[in-house]
Amino acid sequence: MKSPFLLINALIAIVTGVVVLVGYFVPQLAGIRELLLQWAVILAAFALLVGVVNLLMVHLKKMGKVKKGGIYSLILWVAFFITVGVVALDGPDGSKSVLLFDIIQIPVEASLMALLAVTLAVASIRLLRRRAGLFTYIFIGTALLVLLGTAPLYGIGEISFLGQVRTWITGVLSVAGARGILLGVALGTVATGIRVLMGVDRPYGG
Amino acid sequence: MNWLEAIGSVMGIIFILVFVGLMVLFFATGRGRTVRNLRDIPAYTRLRRSVGLAVEAGTRVHVSLGRGGLVGLPAGSALVGLSILDRISRAASSSDRPPVATSGEGVLAVLSQDVMRTAYRNVNTEEQYDPGAGRLSGLTPFSYVAGAIPVILDEQVSTNVLVGNFGSEVGLLTEASEQKESLTVAGTDQISGQAVLVAAAQEPLIGEEVYAGGAYLGAGAFHVASLRAQDVLRWVLIAVILLGAFAKLVGLL
Repeated sequence: MKSPFLLINALIAIVTGVVVLVGYFVPQLAGIRELLLQWAVILAAFALLVGVVNLLMVHLKKMGKVKKGGIYSLILWVAFFITVGVVALDGPDGSKSVLLFDIIQIPVEASLMALLAVTLAVASIRLLRRRAGLFTYIFIGTALLVLLGTAPLYGIGEISFLGQVRTWITGVLSVAGARGILLGVALGTVATGIRVLMGVDRPYGG
Repeated sequence: MNWLEAIGSVMGIIFILVFVGLMVLFFATGRGRTVRNLRDIPAYTRLRRSVGLAVEAGTRVHVSLGRGGLVGLPAGSALVGLSILDRISRAASSSDRPPVATSGEGVLAVLSQDVMRTAYRNVNTEEQYDPGAGRLSGLTPFSYVAGAIPVILDEQVSTNVLVGNFGSEVGLLTEASEQKESLTVAGTDQISGQAVLVAAAQEPLIGEEVYAGGAYLGAGAFHVASLRAQDVLRWVLIAVILLGAFAKLVGLL
């Protein structure tokens, strides 16, 4: 037999969801909708704290097992407490906090972004091997055309014709395709939301 | 509220009510038929087989839920990811290595733990539940990816399911999966992420295919009914768009 708490969970979720949804269409409920969304944001902040504690515990376990990569878990712990310490003492907008962000977070993320460019080039070549076919050739051919139309070629400079082709591809073809995909995404999102509102999907346990 | 906003609100309510009505109608009329009449989506066929193989081989399934929270448009794909996590947790509950979930948002991390615990409880294997299996791996796009890559590389993962809100950074996750020669089934609600996945994922899910996960993984007749309702309304919207374009062409709009 299921716990009564699961039923209460479901009831709270469904009623809250319905009030927020109706609040978008009925102006009289807009105030309650705003209030509930503010509560959701506050709860999300607490969930973030829970998530961070969970992350630290997972890495503490990894350190305890002294297995491959355990040193990175130690680095994560040290970096976490240094960051918390600096931001607590200096404030989130303080020069030391910003410096910490500028000299560590931004360079690391920029490096990963650069790595991503190489990774995508490799993935495109792998795609030719994995799914060689008309659509794969069109996909890669289009990507090359857009690249050539975007970046000037060494020693040649910009080729205006390729620039025009690129503008047409990104302004007409890709926009039309993207709208078709977004239509499917929007309908899927509505269907998923309705299933949660009807209590069919219960990601909150039950 | 001006009259244009009022018309918009009424249309919105009608759209939602029609959607609900169609879902209930298809649920009532199609309960015994389940997925037999749905078109084949190879990604889900391979995923089902791969989860079974992972259980037999004692390897792990990794579900990555992206960075979408539950407030806003990304919530849809995040909820689908949780629904897929539920199905996989049930299917792999008897495995020596239960599934692991990573996410880039606090609420999703907490919900992933809750979903796994509920799934194990429902199949009477709650002792298998490990809170560490639902992890927050990072809060910015690249820190999230950097946190999820070690899971793919070091935790004997044979199948990666990436369903949620991802940008182009998802390419690094698929590359890590390629290095380990594990299966990647991936879909996102972001256009940039989808473009990357078409090239980089072994089994990409495009557009609405992401949202069909529950129906194809046996989450119940209501999921199949909602899929059918989506199909009907998509054709209605296509008709409205074409009529609008025609009306504009002949000068009626």
